[in-house]
Amino acid sequence: MGHARVGTMPDGRAIDVRSVSLTYAGRPPVHALDGVEIEVARGEFAALLGPSGCGKSTLLRILADLVRPTSGEARADSVAYMPQRDLLLPWRRVLGNAVFAAELAGTPPDEAKRRARALLSRFGLEGFEQAWPAQLSGGMRQRLALLRTFLAPRETLLLDEPFGALDAITRRQMQRWLQDVLALEPRTVLLVTHDVEEALNLADTIYVMSPRPGRVVARIPVALGRPRDAATVTSPEFVALKARLLAALDDDGTSGLAGS
Amino acid sequence: MIRALSILRRATRNYAPAVSLLLVLLGVWESAVRISDVAPYLVPAPSRVARAFLEVRGTLPGHLRTTAAEAALGLALSAVLGAGCAALLAWSTPLRRAAYPLLVISQNIPLVVVAPLLVVWFGFGMLPKVLVVTLMGFFPIVVATTDGLLRADHDLVELAHSYGAKRSQVLRSVLIPSALPAFFAGLQISAAYAVLGAVIAEWVGASSGLGLFITRSQTAFRVDRVFVAVTVIAALSIASFAAVHLAARLAMPWQHAGQGGAQEEVGR
Repeated sequence: MGHARVGTMPDGRAIDVRSVSLTYAGRPPVHALDGVEIEVARGEFAALLGPSGCGKSTLLRILADLVRPTSGEARADSVAYMPQRDLLLPWRRVLGNAVFAAELAGTPPDEAKRRARALLSRFGLEGFEQAWPAQLSGGMRQRLALLRTFLAPRETLLLDEPFGALDAITRRQMQRWLQDVLALEPRTVLLVTHDVEEALNLADTIYVMSPRPGRVVARIPVALGRPRDAATVTSPEFVALKARLLAALDDDGTSGLAGS
Repeated sequence: MIRALSILRRATRNYAPAVSLLLVLLGVWESAVRISDVAPYLVPAPSRVARAFLEVRGTLPGHLRTTAAEAALGLALSAVLGAGCAALLAWSTPLRRAAYPLLVISQNIPLVVVAPLLVVWFGFGMLPKVLVVTLMGFFPIVVATTDGLLRADHDLVELAHSYGAKRSQVLRSVLIPSALPAFFAGLQISAAYAVLGAVIAEWVGASSGLGLFITRSQTAFRVDRVFVAVTVIAALSIASFAAVHLAARLAMPWQHAGQGGAQEEVGR
C-alpha cells in the first residue's frame, strides 16, 4: 500500500511524488497511474498536461489525500484542493462560500471574513458578497471557487482544470488574472490541464503525461518571462515550446523521459 | 407602491381561475337545490350553509382552536421525529434496511383502527389526537428527508473532507442544507393531511374539536352544519399548507433568488 502524507517537508519541496502507481480493482483492473514522478519546489507553478482520462485528476486526488496510491509515495505540503466542478454551496452567499474552506480548516470566522472581504475586489467579486452562487456568471463562480481555495490556510494549491468550463476568451482573461493574483499572494501551484497554451501561459514547469496508464513522459521547464501577455504567445520561444509539448503529447511516452 | 401593485396583479393572475371556478360551482349547486326542491337535511343549498355558519359563530371558534392546536402540535412532532429518524436512517445502512419495511407497515395500519385504541390508552384529551396526526405526518417526512440526505452531492462532502471537516461539520454545513428541500416537500404533504388526521381522531371520542362538532351535527340531522365544518376544515388545511410553504421560503431563500431580480437587489 502506498502513502499520501500531508505535512511540512524539510527540503524546500512542496510536492514530492515518487513512483506512484494506482490500479483500480475490477475486471479487468484499470491501471490509472504507472510510476509517476513529480517534484515541485516551494513557490513553483507546475502544470500537469495530458489527454483526458490519463490520470491527472487522480494524481491530484492522491495529493489531496482522498485516494491512496497502490504503490509509491506521494508527499505534499498542506494542500488546498480545487476540483473540476466549482462545488459552491447553493445555500451560502458569496461571502459564506469564500470562507467555507477556511472555516473547516479552523480559521476563526471573523478572521476568515475579514480576509475574504480584503480579497473580494481582487477576485472581481466586489459588490456581490450578498449574492447567491446561482446569480453569478461562470467566470465569477470559478473566481469564487478559487478565492475559497486561496483562503484555506494552505501552502499549496491543487487546481483541477479550473477554467475548463469557460469559453476561450474568458479563459484567457482568467489566466492573466491568476498570474496577477499569484504575484500578489504567492503560492505553490500544481495545475491540471489539457490545454497546451494554458500550461505555457501559467507554468514554470510542465509535466506531460501519457494516456492511461498515466506516466510522466516529459518534464519541460518554461523559461518565459512574466507577465506572459499577447506578445509572449506569438514569440518564437513560445512557439518552439508549444511544438515540443505537442510532440511529447503525440509521442505516447514510448521514448521515455525527455527534457529536464 | 408599484411593488404592491405588481404583487396584487400576480395574485389575481394566480388565484382568479380557482376562485371563479369555485363561484360557478356554488352557483350551479344553489340553483340545482332550488329547482329540484330537495330536502335540506339531505342536501342544503350554499345559502343555507351560510346561514348555519352565522348560527354557530359562537361555538365554532372553540372547536376550531382545538383542532388547529392538535394539527399544529402533531405536525411539529412529526417534523422533529421525522427529521431525527431520517438522520439515523441515512447515517446507517443496516439500520435503514432493518427499519424501512417496518415504517412502510406502520403506514398501512388503518387510522380508524388505531385511533380508538389510542383513545382507550390515552383518554379523551388532546394527546391521542396529536399522536394520530404524528403517525400520519411522520412517514412522508422520514421518507423524503432520508432520500434528501442520501442524495447530497458526494463531491461536496469530499471537498469538505479535503479541508479537514469533522463529521458534525459535514452534517451541519453540507448534508442538512442539501436535504432541506426534500424535508419541506415531505412536510408539505404531512401538513395537507394534518387537519384531516385530527378530525378523524376526534370522531372517535373527544370533548372538543371540529370532528366532535361534525358528529353532533350529524346526529341532529343538521347537514348544513356538517357542511360548515367541512368548509372550515378545508380552509384550515389550506392555511397549514400555506404556512409550511412560507416557512420553506424563509428557510431556503437561495431557492427563490432569480437570476435577474436579485442581481438588482445586490446592487442596492
